[in-house]
Amino acid sequence: MIALVVRRLLQSLVVMLVVTLIAFIMFRYAGDPVNQMVGVETTEAERQALRESLGLDQPTLVQFVRYVGRVASLNFGVSFQFRRPVMELLAERLPATLELALVAAMLSLVSGILLGVYCALNPRGRISAALQAVSLVGVSLPTFLIGILLIYVFSVALGWLPSFGRSGLVPVTKHWSTGLLTLQGWKSLLLPAVTLGLFQMTLIMRLVRSEMLEVLRADFIRFGVARGLPQRRIYFRHALKNTLVPVITVVGLQLGSIIAFSIITETVFQWPGMGLLFLQSVQNVDVPIMSTYLLLIAFMFVMINMVVDLLYNAVDPRLKGSSRV
Amino acid sequence: MRFGRFVVAAAIGLCASVSSLALTPPAQANTFRFAAQGDLKSLDPYALAETFTLALIGGVYEGLTARDAQLKIVPALAESWDVSADARRWRFHLRKGVTFHDGTPFTADDVIFSADRVRSSGSDLKTRVPADAVFTKVDDHTVDVTTPDPSPLLNAVWDTWYIVSKKWTEAHDSVQVNAGASAPSYISLNANGTGPFRLASHSPGVKTTWVPNERWWGKREHNLDEVVFTPIASGATRVAALLSGEVDMIEPAPLQDVDRINASGSARVMQGPEVRTIYLGFDQHSAVLPRSSVTNGNPFKDVRVRRAVYQAINEDAIKTRVMRDAAVPTSLIVAKELFPRAGEFKRPDFDPNAAKALLAAAGYPNGFEVQFDCPNDRYVNDERICQAIVPMLARIGIKANLKAEPKSILFGRIYASGGYATSFYLLGWQTNGSGSLGVLRDLYTCRDDAGHGGGNNIGNYCNKKVDALTIDIGREPDETKRNQFIYDAYDIAQNQEVAYIPLHQQTLAWGIRSNVKVVQRADNDFRFYWVTKN
Repeated sequence: MIALVVRRLLQSLVVMLVVTLIAFIMFRYAGDPVNQMVGVETTEAERQALRESLGLDQPTLVQFVRYVGRVASLNFGVSFQFRRPVMELLAERLPATLELALVAAMLSLVSGILLGVYCALNPRGRISAALQAVSLVGVSLPTFLIGILLIYVFSVALGWLPSFGRSGLVPVTKHWSTGLLTLQGWKSLLLPAVTLGLFQMTLIMRLVRSEMLEVLRADFIRFGVARGLPQRRIYFRHALKNTLVPVITVVGLQLGSIIAFSIITETVFQWPGMGLLFLQSVQNVDVPIMSTYLLLIAFMFVMINMVVDLLYNAVDPRLKGSSRV
Repeated sequence: MRFGRFVVAAAIGLCASVSSLALTPPAQANTFRFAAQGDLKSLDPYALAETFTLALIGGVYEGLTARDAQLKIVPALAESWDVSADARRWRFHLRKGVTFHDGTPFTADDVIFSADRVRSSGSDLKTRVPADAVFTKVDDHTVDVTTPDPSPLLNAVWDTWYIVSKKWTEAHDSVQVNAGASAPSYISLNANGTGPFRLASHSPGVKTTWVPNERWWGKREHNLDEVVFTPIASGATRVAALLSGEVDMIEPAPLQDVDRINASGSARVMQGPEVRTIYLGFDQHSAVLPRSSVTNGNPFKDVRVRRAVYQAINEDAIKTRVMRDAAVPTSLIVAKELFPRAGEFKRPDFDPNAAKALLAAAGYPNGFEVQFDCPNDRYVNDERICQAIVPMLARIGIKANLKAEPKSILFGRIYASGGYATSFYLLGWQTNGSGSLGVLRDLYTCRDDAGHGGGNNIGNYCNKKVDALTIDIGREPDETKRNQFIYDAYDIAQNQEVAYIPLHQQTLAWGIRSNVKVVQRADNDFRFYWVTKN
């Protein structure tokens, strides 16, 4: 177990180094940050001085090595745009993204499993057919379209929910204000969370349905029925548990992508999270923010993969002996 | 099945509980909520010379002068000023009894301190105050400004040169502009001005709020208790927020949504000409035109070719089709609001046949091929304007290979840092308060490789007569004579030599709730102190 964790941590270092290198190569094509930092009246000499003070006149490789050196001492640099430490900026935005991602993940997990089980138990029901059809929409419509659609229905036409931003915040610690403690906060959260979670929900629902249909045909379920076990026990204790192994894999990996790809949802809803910050920094060629964000996401994916591996062990006893996988 | 019923019941219950979460009515305080595409990056008034930033900061800070709704210069922190006959000495009489928001009285020391700070290294507004202008304190409320050359337009752009408090700035270690390699300076996150609003909170990129300054010296024209600004980058979200009443104003309103906003009944779009002109420029400097099919010369050095391009462009079609009438065709880059004789200049007729004849006379009967550089995220419908121009030029035989890029990439390539690497381009120019002087200086004066001359004269149009006239314009105190010089300069550069092809002035589009009244200035400078909300 400990060996697995250590090995994964080492692997994550390599992954992150490669991510940083690729990112730095790509940044060369993102444009000139200096033009985004000054107005039209600034002379070329001053622009050049600024470029030098930021180290942007150096070759990419030198910039990369310098950056890695700084990151090794946990100094992630200062944002070109805001002129504040990147870590501070990301820390400010992290609560918003995490709350959104967790609520979206919970929403999609709970409703996805419930609906999936329902569809598996009533494979020929009309509601199942309808759910299957709707889930196709969820899988195929792009996130921003769903977001805008929801905004127009629930904010503009019905006026029930706010169309943008985060509100009803209650400070918990110095850097962490949560919107989960007030009704207003939940109202702001609902639309973005549904938008972000819809794809995962339909995915989980379809996955649970097909897995469960498979499991229900298995011998041990028939034996259970023959033994006269209560239905609820058969379905939720025995069938569902055996359905969950692939679901955990998908959910785990999807949680990573929920956080990573909340960029679009955050932009549509002007949700002040890390994704929005990242998108703004791409437009402004704010290299320190971009590279740190990518590092963070790479780190998160590696960690989530590790947790998923550990969860496998918990759910599937057959894997217990082979934890060195 | 029992479980099935449970799921359905839960789903119904969820829907019902969502519908009961109807929005609570807004608070009683008269709060003005404003959403814009742009963002407030630094609160330091010298950090970034950008209209949007300076306008928002201008609620808190004030300059010696201000501009009214018609862009006329009016007194602000200076009550009045006298200019010597040779326009070399200006005396500013400062307003008495004014205090900064922290209670410090405003005096001549603050003006002199601000003049030094705005010209210090790191400031993005250095050109607001001439480098050779000398500020002298006469007494606590009088400042003399002397310049070696006559400067009749000295205070033309001082409405956005805001005065900061010497004591406060020094006390918070914020004298250096745009310092902070590791930490932000205090002044970039806090504000202490003399203006009608005080900063209440500021969370960069998320939300900024202001409250009225009850001790302001001026007459209060707004009726607000609070102003809340939120950046909303996505156009569709901005419109939704306006239509649902969550914000009172959006800037800009996307052109494709204008009709829908107007039809909503609860909001409207306020449109008016902006002082930003979209224009085409040419490389008139290279001996052989790069990025083109021409190998033995530079066609754009020939005025006949430039005129041919001009006559090939159907600006009326661009205005009605691409811009949905939200554009005012123009024949000058300077905004017509800032040059009284602009009406005397006319666009040449749209005439592809005449254009073809001109090309043939210049030695290009079959036209040529050239790369056409265009931003795609800077101006209203910029890329679509370029796409419309490509077939217009194809009609006269010029094959323009459109290369549309984000401004972060394009500007790095076509300005000095990229070695002015463009042969033919579309850009926009916003006329500032100095009017034609700024336009001529930046876009029309000869530029050398050392970076002297018009820094935005990308194609390096160069005529010594225009250079000399530009210097005269900067020194001539008499307005009629000055306008004659300006007229002469444009007559040479535009009528005779077609230095640029001005297309149109963009139109401002602000989305506003029906119960809100605002003042729209042509320079897109939005001020809270003119807002009323019922």
